[in-house]
Amino acid sequence: MAGVKAGVVVFPGSNCDHDIYNVLKHIMNTDTEFLWHKEHSIGDRNLIILPGGFSFGDYLRCGAAAKFSPVMNEVISFAKKGGVVIGICNGFQVLCETGLLPGVLLRNENLKFVCKTVTLKVENNKSIFTGNYDIKEEINIPVAHGEGNYYCDSNTHMELVGNNQILFRYTENPNGSLDDIAGIQNLHRNVFGMMPHPERASEKILGNTDGYRFFKSVVESIQ
Amino acid sequence: MYISKINISLRKTILDPQGKAIEHSLKSLGFDPIVDTRIGKYIELKINAGSKQEAEKISEEACKKLLANPVMEDFTFEVTESGGKQ
Repeated sequence: MAGVKAGVVVFPGSNCDHDIYNVLKHIMNTDTEFLWHKEHSIGDRNLIILPGGFSFGDYLRCGAAAKFSPVMNEVISFAKKGGVVIGICNGFQVLCETGLLPGVLLRNENLKFVCKTVTLKVENNKSIFTGNYDIKEEINIPVAHGEGNYYCDSNTHMELVGNNQILFRYTENPNGSLDDIAGIQNLHRNVFGMMPHPERASEKILGNTDGYRFFKSVVESIQ
Repeated sequence: MYISKINISLRKTILDPQGKAIEHSLKSLGFDPIVDTRIGKYIELKINAGSKQEAEKISEEACKKLLANPVMEDFTFEVTESGGKQ
């Protein structure tokens, strides 16, 4: 997997950075580095991951402060040039705050932090993120969030549906998300965000490998 | 010196589960006349500006760029002159 040069952005308060680093480096065998949020360059990285956690304590709104970190200017211009950017959990919230993905993640409808394994349905497998899954396949991936309730206005929702931007839906909605949305890609299909954590389900020792093919799809598409 | 008092609330079209939970508590305490409860944020800025208009412009920009997310939130603010010097 020599072609992939992954960068895992680390914000103050990120806490899934090492999990993703481990999967990309040791399971997918890719060249992977951490990128501290104060970096002004992403160097030669050709895959950027924004990990889960509580960037800047989630003060004000989840992901709101992270978008002003120096490295995010680089990540945004990289994405606008077609670079592959993935946000998982807090990373998804950051992508929505930066405007790289439409919509926003609201407080869970039942006000509870939800931490459990949920079932996702693959709604589109013609993406660089889901190519190794079957269409309508159901996979089990853990979630752990208090603010994962995806919301956008009805025009945006129609666009998401019309352009096949919804890649994963929950089979049983854990947080009140509009249209059971668990993960979406942008219109140009190079930026993707999801609330569930595939990095916590990508190796046998963890008892669940349903997330492995997510990373496999991404890595294969970049090589 | 000016003080900007900013109120940020979820847009009216968005369900506010926190507000609903508090409303139930208020009802159970006997506050029957309360028919709706919305929870928001209050932010106070002290602004060193040359005029009230300038302080309002700064408040507006701060809300649009960071303090509120227009996808889910509305904001209002009120700027008053404060007696204290810098």
